[in-house]
Amino acid sequence: MNAVPEIEEPGIVRCDACPVVCRIREGRAGACDRYANVAGVLTRVDPLVIAGQAAPETLVPFLHGDEGSALPAPSITGIGSGTTYPDYKPAPFIVASKHAGIDMITVVTEGIFSYCGVKVKIDTDRFLGPEQAAVLANGEKVGHVTTAEYGSQMLSLGGVNHLTGGSKKEGNVTCDTMLALCNKLPAELVVEGGATIVVQAGKAPVVNGVREQRMRVGCGSAAIGMFAPQWRHLADEVIVIDDHITGVLSEHQGGKYLDMKPAGIRVRGRRSTPGRYFQVAGHGGGWGGTDVTDPLEIIEKIDPKTAWPGLRLLMVSTTGEDAAYFVLDGALKPQPVEMPAAVRAAVARVEENCEPSLCTVLFNAGAGGSLRAGVTENPVRLTLSVKDALTRVTCGGAPVYVWPGGGITFMVDVSAMPDNSFGYVPTPALVAPIEFTMRREHYERLGGHVAEAVTLEQVLERTAHRRLG
Amino acid sequence: MTGPVGAFLPDGRLHLQHGPIDLVIEAFGSPGEVRAAYAQAAARFDTILTPLAADLAGLRTPIGDTYPLFAGPVARRMASAVWPHRSRFITPMAAVAGAVADEVLAAMLAGRLLDRAYVNNGGDIALHLAPGQRFNAGIVADPHQAALAAVADVDAADPVRGIATSGWGGRSFSLGIADAVTVLAADAATADAAATIIANAVDADHPGIRRAPARNLQPDSDLGERLVTVHVPQLPVDLLDRALKAGIAVADGLRRQGLIFAAGLVAQGRFRSLGIPARPLVQGEVA
Repeated sequence: MNAVPEIEEPGIVRCDACPVVCRIREGRAGACDRYANVAGVLTRVDPLVIAGQAAPETLVPFLHGDEGSALPAPSITGIGSGTTYPDYKPAPFIVASKHAGIDMITVVTEGIFSYCGVKVKIDTDRFLGPEQAAVLANGEKVGHVTTAEYGSQMLSLGGVNHLTGGSKKEGNVTCDTMLALCNKLPAELVVEGGATIVVQAGKAPVVNGVREQRMRVGCGSAAIGMFAPQWRHLADEVIVIDDHITGVLSEHQGGKYLDMKPAGIRVRGRRSTPGRYFQVAGHGGGWGGTDVTDPLEIIEKIDPKTAWPGLRLLMVSTTGEDAAYFVLDGALKPQPVEMPAAVRAAVARVEENCEPSLCTVLFNAGAGGSLRAGVTENPVRLTLSVKDALTRVTCGGAPVYVWPGGGITFMVDVSAMPDNSFGYVPTPALVAPIEFTMRREHYERLGGHVAEAVTLEQVLERTAHRRLG
Repeated sequence: MTGPVGAFLPDGRLHLQHGPIDLVIEAFGSPGEVRAAYAQAAARFDTILTPLAADLAGLRTPIGDTYPLFAGPVARRMASAVWPHRSRFITPMAAVAGAVADEVLAAMLAGRLLDRAYVNNGGDIALHLAPGQRFNAGIVADPHQAALAAVADVDAADPVRGIATSGWGGRSFSLGIADAVTVLAADAATADAAATIIANAVDADHPGIRRAPARNLQPDSDLGERLVTVHVPQLPVDLLDRALKAGIAVADGLRRQGLIFAAGLVAQGRFRSLGIPARPLVQGEVA
């Protein structure tokens, strides 16, 4: 060996967790696969997350409601607990902890979910693609656009048919996409006949390369309902352009109530009720989720019998991101003029009332028979116990919504879970933490593996070597 | 810096871990003997990694014409296991996992009377079999399917006390494209070194195969600037079969030298074996 001292290259982290002292390049793990260089920081990558040790920002509040009355959330989460599959052995950890004088049992495991999917809510009015259109990742179908909801477009991704019902590649890409989204990482999705979007839990969506800013305050009609009194003296007519319902103030119930004079400006589209118009333009990336870039395009005609020279017209999108101010000239042609400060303030208020646009990712999965068998000898009783609210289900410590009906099918907001809670197996299927918490007597009654119960202290002892440094 | 730790897994097996070493240990016999064996394994484990790490520079140096001398017992096992392969590129690190397993098994057997025992170091396994005992080792051909391509029945009468697996997707690097090469040999270190050599030989020339200098991935890798496999696309069957044939040829040579007893080679679900009865097993559908 030569004695030339090694010069540390940039981007390499020296790990001092054990005598091997690995030098680790960015994005890679050391020889142990336990410590990695994440963006230049030595990071433990196999955490068994225990509430007392996790970083505060990853903690999920554990007690909901009155202490003692409700079942507490577990004091330990299933992340990193490992699992056996199929679950012919009791779940990795069955923890007995005392809560308000009652012996509580928490069954901590990581479930392998062959039946799982992801529901993505994207706060945007922009046209992402037609309903039912396929959503592709890396050229593979991983889901579809489902029914639009309030101010949002919804995607339904994953599910057993994409995971295991199609080609192996389709399954693997579906698994990868869900894994990224559930671990709060970005995923690029292409909607067939629609947009290319980058989706990431807790972040604004990026639609065709443009980061979305705000979700609309309401439809055009709702915006008028909210702001009509404030607009009354700022303009003689306000048209709120929206992909769903475009509102025309003087014609709208809100304007009528304020005794506004009809302005004689007729917009395109199909009139629903007075001052409310459907389909004034096509879907697109323009004003208010329409394909309009020049707002005057939506004006069908200006009635010379009703309109008057000098009429002040404000046109604004439902998010306030786009606005223009016009005054009718002698020929009743709208002429753009500089927006008075008071009008600018009114537009700013629309924008202020629009919440930041976000993507939210809900993981939807079913705790199948084999997973339940890790908890009890009689799996159906666990289901019944959950339905009877005797057993509380959490996912990485985060609260879940358990669907009524058969099985234990639940939804959880991945943003409420600690980072990197999810893993996968090559089946392909996702691995997610799941905890069942119940009173000891209920656990005994449902045929639980009571003999396997250990105290929280014993778990900490047993897993001491896995603690976060 | 964290020290070695030990814990019993929920099913009673002993788990010892220090840095990159993860041992899962199970002994079979009378409860008293098993308990004592576990205590001996844990005691030996306390001083495994630190002396080994002290020899790392030498252990990462390719074997040449000079037999390398090391102070530590594990390092000596490694040197001995790779020495027969010195005509090819190899460093003692090719046998590190197996050598640790052998060393800990030897320590836990000293003075004990056990029916069977194993020390599994991340897939590289040292075995103990009392006369008349046997072990079944399953060989998985397609890691995406929970099905076994073959089962190697190791009988106490067979000259097999070590099983090791090497492949490009594992924790250590490979120069080849085999997903898994499993070798049965006299001890785990010998099996480990042979699996590495055979896996390196299962190679193909295909534009879709991506390789990178080992040092670009791990600055201290014993493979230096050698190109290690980082991605293998779906390969044509004829290419896979040729690669496996090349691996079998090397394995056969090692068997003639008496270095290995049997080998099973897997590349993209295709399985070739030498000395292992390949019996297909029907497995339940994974759902």
